[in-house]
Amino acid sequence: MEFSYDDEQNGLREAVRGLLERAYGDSEQRRSVVATEPGFDEKTWSRLAEMGVLGLPFAEADGGMGAGPVEVSVVAEEIGRVLAPEPFVEAVVLAGGLVADLGTDAQRTEVLGGLAEGVLVPTFAHAEIGTRWEPVARSVTATRDGDGWTLTGVKEPVPNGARADVLVVSAVTEGATRLFLVPGDAAGLTRTGHRNHDGTRSARVEFADTPAQLLGEDTGDRTATIEKAQARARVAYGHEALGAMETALTTTAEYLKARKQFGVPLSRFQALTFRAADMYVALELARSTVMWATLVVDADGDVVAAADRARLQVSRAGRHIGKEAIQLHGGIGVTAEYSVGHYTSRLTALDHLLGDGDWALSRLAASVDAHPTVDPLA
Amino acid sequence: MRLHLSPEDAAFRDQLRTFFTTSVPQSIRDAVAAHRELTREQFVEAQQVLNAAGLAVPHWPVEWGGRDWTPLQRHIWREEMQLAGVPEPLAFNTSMIGPVIATFGSQEQKERFLPATANLDIWWCQGFSEPDAGSDLASLRTTAVRDGDDWVVNGQKTWTTLGQHADWIFCLVRTDPTAEKKQRGISLLLFPMDTPGVTLRPIELLDGGFEVNEVFFSDVRVPHELLVGEENRGWDYAKFLLGNERVGIARIGSTKRMLAEAKEHARQITVAGAPLAEDPYLRARIAELENELLALELTALRVVANSADGKPHPASSVLKLRGSELQQAATELLVDVAGPLSVASFAADGSDVPEWAQVATPSYLNYRKVSIYGGSNEVQRTIIAGSILGL
Repeated sequence: MEFSYDDEQNGLREAVRGLLERAYGDSEQRRSVVATEPGFDEKTWSRLAEMGVLGLPFAEADGGMGAGPVEVSVVAEEIGRVLAPEPFVEAVVLAGGLVADLGTDAQRTEVLGGLAEGVLVPTFAHAEIGTRWEPVARSVTATRDGDGWTLTGVKEPVPNGARADVLVVSAVTEGATRLFLVPGDAAGLTRTGHRNHDGTRSARVEFADTPAQLLGEDTGDRTATIEKAQARARVAYGHEALGAMETALTTTAEYLKARKQFGVPLSRFQALTFRAADMYVALELARSTVMWATLVVDADGDVVAAADRARLQVSRAGRHIGKEAIQLHGGIGVTAEYSVGHYTSRLTALDHLLGDGDWALSRLAASVDAHPTVDPLA
Repeated sequence: MRLHLSPEDAAFRDQLRTFFTTSVPQSIRDAVAAHRELTREQFVEAQQVLNAAGLAVPHWPVEWGGRDWTPLQRHIWREEMQLAGVPEPLAFNTSMIGPVIATFGSQEQKERFLPATANLDIWWCQGFSEPDAGSDLASLRTTAVRDGDDWVVNGQKTWTTLGQHADWIFCLVRTDPTAEKKQRGISLLLFPMDTPGVTLRPIELLDGGFEVNEVFFSDVRVPHELLVGEENRGWDYAKFLLGNERVGIARIGSTKRMLAEAKEHARQITVAGAPLAEDPYLRARIAELENELLALELTALRVVANSADGKPHPASSVLKLRGSELQQAATELLVDVAGPLSVASFAADGSDVPEWAQVATPSYLNYRKVSIYGGSNEVQRTIIAGSILGL
């Protein structure tokens, strides 16, 4: 077992870090970007495309770089470190991942090629009110219409649903969940966007006999594919959370050294430094688990179980670190002018995007009897 | 980045697993699994089986029986021992005084002590803590005064683990009370426990056992050649030794075994007509502990994979802190699985209360020690805050 990055991976990290530092090194820059539509910086998105980041995991034949989940994790961590609002995991790992898994040659060329070039932002329209984190669609239905299909129903919240150029939509038909492609300008599509607490964007997307193209050639049930894509995205979000947790911790440690109360720096108070130490413990344990889960994805092992384990660890750590970061800052931690609260806000969003800790724990508890011990080296 | 063990390391693990589960007497491994107190003879027998196979002191210099393994191989060795219920080679001998003598001792001391220490022909105990010197070890007050060719030792040590079995003690003594810093003026002496003037008094613990002792010194005469290294440099040796003590203190394999045991017992107990193992709250609690333990194991693997250059990985302080908490959580889980049976700790012969349930609470109480010894968890937090976070 080996946990170190190779030279190429470190080079990728340096390049992405440099780009994102220039864009968001000052938290005021991020504030102004998320204050205006579409909630991320189109120029930064183009630069990420130029760097090859948006096509990272896709085959070279589809316009991608042919890299793997470890490279994706490096980028996701850098995104999290500065809270870059660009929808990397949403577009590349989740929506792009589904197209890479299932799409026809033409669909892959169009969607993944466009994504890699930075000219087409896809999103996965899957969540429905009244359900949570399942790999199935329930209320959006698909109907055959001649050679094609139409969709009816509502998806909400859809990440970047108003801005996306193409939507990968899950819908139920003939008792199965299938996936469809819908361009952003399709007839019978109504998109109502809004800002989320963490500065990102979501939308209510309504389909009314909206023409849609089946993703892929055959009409099998796609539940397993969705589950696996969600698992890969859970792991990538874990890396985004690691980046965010690390910054939240270092920001807090710097604050404890700089801020004086009762005539001495806060770092002189053991009650505070011990809490910072516990934040470090939570971060490192989460980091180990998320790195391992990425290696399981890379080896195409039991990705769903590994993602659940990573999710549980990151959820617990993210909540702990986020809450403590604000508390140790005192009142300034809850102001919009100061960065640390935004980290907590994003960590809270990441916790709920694809399943929180209790949800993962409940799934793990169901299988606790299936093994005497957990062996990561098995 | 790579998920699996290399084929060589995987083969190494299989070999050790086979050896530990077939060559160490089953009765000893059963006693460990049952959390029974081992006899001196059982400790000695287990270590001698390991030593004969070259598995007692792999981390020592090769000329004294070391194996020149990688940190990962040492990790695998330790974890497999714990999973198989093999008593680990006595830490006082193999992790503490052995490496100190090998590094700082005279050639004569090495020849005299190292082979016997590896084979547990000499059982060592640790004379460090005193009533007023625990985490603040440098405050120790036991004195050694030079008198001709001897040192004359007076004072008291406490928390001397398994001292009742010990043949020899390695003892920190103050040899220069006038030194400006209290860390200076401390020396490390070796002497037999049956030297005139040494008195041992066992301390009964909460679990009813006598694992630790007080040791009193009254004009104990120790020949000068039993001083380790240089006079007044004992603090350096103690720091070296305590650094080794924290290696492997996470005891992941042992906690893993306890969680597996708890699951097994929970299948045998019925609550409202269904096995306790099906209780959703218990399942969630076990799943959460398994995940925490997985995170710790992976962190240990990260640490050993990245400490090949001899410098400890910063995350290594996490191992002691979290490892002790999870050991304690596992013992607590066993008490809760035992439920009403856990109260009958010292049930008489002929009782139907199973042995594991009898020992559950004493073990849980005994394990309170693991967050105290080896640098208390508060000391670990101080280390993390200070040397990692710069606070």
